[in-house]
Amino acid sequence: MAEVSEMSEPTAGALEREAERDDNRTRWLLSLPAMIIIVLAAAGPLLVMVVYSFLTPGDYGNVKWEFSTQAWVNTILQRDIFDDTLMWADAHLSIFWRSLSLSLITTVMAFAFGLPTAWFIATQPPGKREFWLFLVTVPFWSNLLVRTIAIQELIRAEGVINNLLLLLGIIDEPLQMMFTNFAIAFGMTYVYLPLMVLPIYAAVDKLDFRLVEAAHDLYASRWRTFWRVILPLIKPGIIAGSILVFIPSLGAYVTPRVLGGGKNLMFGNLIELQFGQGRNWPLGAALSLMLMAAVMVSLIWYVRVTSRERSDV
Amino acid sequence: MSEPIRQPRRGYSVRSLPGFAVVAVFTFFALYAPILILVAFSFNAGTSLAIWEGFSLRWYAQAAANEAVQEAAVRSLILAGVAASVATVAATMAALATTRTRRFPGRTMIYALINQPLMVPEIVTAVALLIVFAWIKVATGHTSMVYLISAHTAFCIPFAYLPIRARLETMDYTLETAAKDLYASPWKVFSRVTLPLMWPGIIAGYMLAFVISLDDVVITEFVKSAGQETLPTFMLGQLRRVVTPEINAISTIILAAGAILVSLFFWLSRGRR
Amino acid sequence: MKKLFAAASVLALSTTGVWAQELQIYNWGNYTNPKLIEKFEAETGIKVTITDYDSNDTALAKVKAGGHGFDIVVPSNSYIPIWVGEGLLMETRPDQMPNFKNVKAEFVDVDWDPGRHYTVPWQWGSTGVVVNTKYYDGDINTSAMFLDPPEELRGKINVVPEMGDVMSLSIMYYGGEPCTNDKEVLKKVRDGLVAAKQHWLGMDYGNLEKFAKEDLWAGVNWNGSTFRMRLQNENVNYGYPKEGFPLWMDSVAVLADAKNVEEAKTFQNFVMDPENAALISEFARYANGINGSEPFMPDDMKTAPEIVIPAELVEKGVFTPTCDPETQKLYTRIWTDLQK
Repeated sequence: MAEVSEMSEPTAGALEREAERDDNRTRWLLSLPAMIIIVLAAAGPLLVMVVYSFLTPGDYGNVKWEFSTQAWVNTILQRDIFDDTLMWADAHLSIFWRSLSLSLITTVMAFAFGLPTAWFIATQPPGKREFWLFLVTVPFWSNLLVRTIAIQELIRAEGVINNLLLLLGIIDEPLQMMFTNFAIAFGMTYVYLPLMVLPIYAAVDKLDFRLVEAAHDLYASRWRTFWRVILPLIKPGIIAGSILVFIPSLGAYVTPRVLGGGKNLMFGNLIELQFGQGRNWPLGAALSLMLMAAVMVSLIWYVRVTSRERSDV
Repeated sequence: MSEPIRQPRRGYSVRSLPGFAVVAVFTFFALYAPILILVAFSFNAGTSLAIWEGFSLRWYAQAAANEAVQEAAVRSLILAGVAASVATVAATMAALATTRTRRFPGRTMIYALINQPLMVPEIVTAVALLIVFAWIKVATGHTSMVYLISAHTAFCIPFAYLPIRARLETMDYTLETAAKDLYASPWKVFSRVTLPLMWPGIIAGYMLAFVISLDDVVITEFVKSAGQETLPTFMLGQLRRVVTPEINAISTIILAAGAILVSLFFWLSRGRR
Repeated sequence: MKKLFAAASVLALSTTGVWAQELQIYNWGNYTNPKLIEKFEAETGIKVTITDYDSNDTALAKVKAGGHGFDIVVPSNSYIPIWVGEGLLMETRPDQMPNFKNVKAEFVDVDWDPGRHYTVPWQWGSTGVVVNTKYYDGDINTSAMFLDPPEELRGKINVVPEMGDVMSLSIMYYGGEPCTNDKEVLKKVRDGLVAAKQHWLGMDYGNLEKFAKEDLWAGVNWNGSTFRMRLQNENVNYGYPKEGFPLWMDSVAVLADAKNVEEAKTFQNFVMDPENAALISEFARYANGINGSEPFMPDDMKTAPEIVIPAELVEKGVFTPTCDPETQKLYTRIWTDLQK
């Protein structure tokens, strides 16, 4: 394709530019189906949200078609309920911070468990690999709600884990795991694990083990090999997995609520509240657009960092 | 492929990393423990999902007689199958276009667009879709599953795209260039070299997309029209009322069905190897 | 020739098929007794399809957006004025239907539907407190159970995250009227809730197991749900807060743009029959608003304290009104502050 012609002659000729244009067009055509679907059924309708964020909340939900920037202001500034002083919308900020930390912890935990799992699967003999992969995703064919309730059964005061620990004499009294941050992190990691495992698996599967062999031949220890050879080679998989875990978990609210007791709102809850009983659709729209902007920036950074210029291959 | 040619001279295989196997096995146990509990309680004689009252098949009987739930389950599976398939095809094409390449105009925009569904909480997409689709439904009078299918396909695309992209990025052009040097046509290069090399990534992407669609509740809740209940939305209603082990029974059935289906798939594809 | 015949027969079957009429019901999830629907289908020959929603707001948003295809919806009392005001309901005059005479007197002329021109009672209930009396033996008929809990119960309390009900309970506890915007009272409410929250373990639904297995000992809950808990664990008891507690009623309404109007009206009439009302109650375990349904109700419901409000506390039950938008905004701010 175009790469071959690019590598051969450095002269900037008309032929080359034409080949490049052809190549660009092919790439655009290939991306078109995905883009059309998303524009029609995801990104496009969001324009509605952009418009709504500049309107006034309707009396009973929905919007009144009157221009207002109140929603955007209210994402970070609010008037105190009782004395009307202007202040930071600390509720929004603390809720966002909570969701952010939780997502980070979940991503790290998913990585800690997901990397060995993906490695294990990918280093199985070829026929068996798909079987193990399938084994990883099967639990997720069951419904989220039922799974979460089942997790509760594990971590309750008289649940399976506590009973086991008591039986083995490791502890004297049941550990309080329900409704703790540990429970939330555990539950979220559980939910998002395959999202981390699958991309890393795809990367490890293609890992050229001769490079690893070479490192060992040069007397590198296993740890050193892992750190300096393996990790950089499977980095795209790790990053893809982290994105797939981190970003959706920012908007998560079912699992944190069920396992953490729901006393504290997650960012997804906050937004949902605006579209529900809060009856403030413009604020909900503004809050989520801010979230989206923050995430978009980090994703664009990802593209820049991971895509190497192919001309230096 | 990349199997070591000579026997390792050290006491271990380069493929094993200390502790990884242990963690992996533990993870599998941890993954399945709740599932085992779920399956166990589907046989509960009592009405609770957590208080065991003896063995009984009553929930399976109830599920077998509950047409609404069966319809919802079947609808969920078909929806997930179709959405994941379309999404994987579109994602594969997009991944081929945007990976392993120099910067071309619009590359960043395409990438951002493809991942856009990931970036926004579901409730926002759900409400936006409700509004837009409602306009279309009122204007055309058409209320079939096409709205749900397109909504699901859209948010499945990034989930399929990222594993495929991760896979592609670890592939260099050596083999494809070799094929071209051997006078293979572009299509042949793709179907005989690129595609098989990509295949694990595509499978990974498909599985992810399928599972994501199967579990979606918020977007489905807002986009569905009359008579388009899916399993998760059906259960959402139960959350505030009473959840009975009937849901466990249905989940177990789906799990079993999935296990059988995929085993069939592997058994058949093994024959081709 | 064959093709023509096939096409003709398909056409014929579809127009004079077994299910000539149909009805699309939009109702709360897990709220409709399948036996009720079977009976309806058998008696009238109308095919019923039920689609679920999980909150009044979702239902309102979906129907308002249009293109939904539903005929019947079952909103809660505090929302019905909104539905009527937005022109979403059809005035079917249930008060002129044959079975209307069965409706209990106190539910005929209600604030949200005077004279019942739009809606028919489905089920009603109360929101109060639930206490496991094994761990506390004082008076449980008070909102102090969650707003100012006794020592023994602290740390084991759950409050269902129903903004409307919790706000009503708290406002009445601090001496106000539901939907008040008296800032004095609201400040006490906000501060009281935030202070009480440290003693709560959670704010979630789906607590049947947790109360039955005694992970939770007290909280705010609906009566029917508490009834089901008591059936699993006899120490769980329902309290009617003497400071005031909210009542709610879900009613069946026909949508203004319904396609199957006659069938919908038939359904409205159908649920006003005592036997059918009993079927509705038996499923979700809440009381209905129809006279004469008692003989058909399951035995344990006839005398259950969750269903039958003690005489001295009946007065304290208040059907939650619809708060005006400004007040609603205020409550949302307080609610967000509570959960931040």
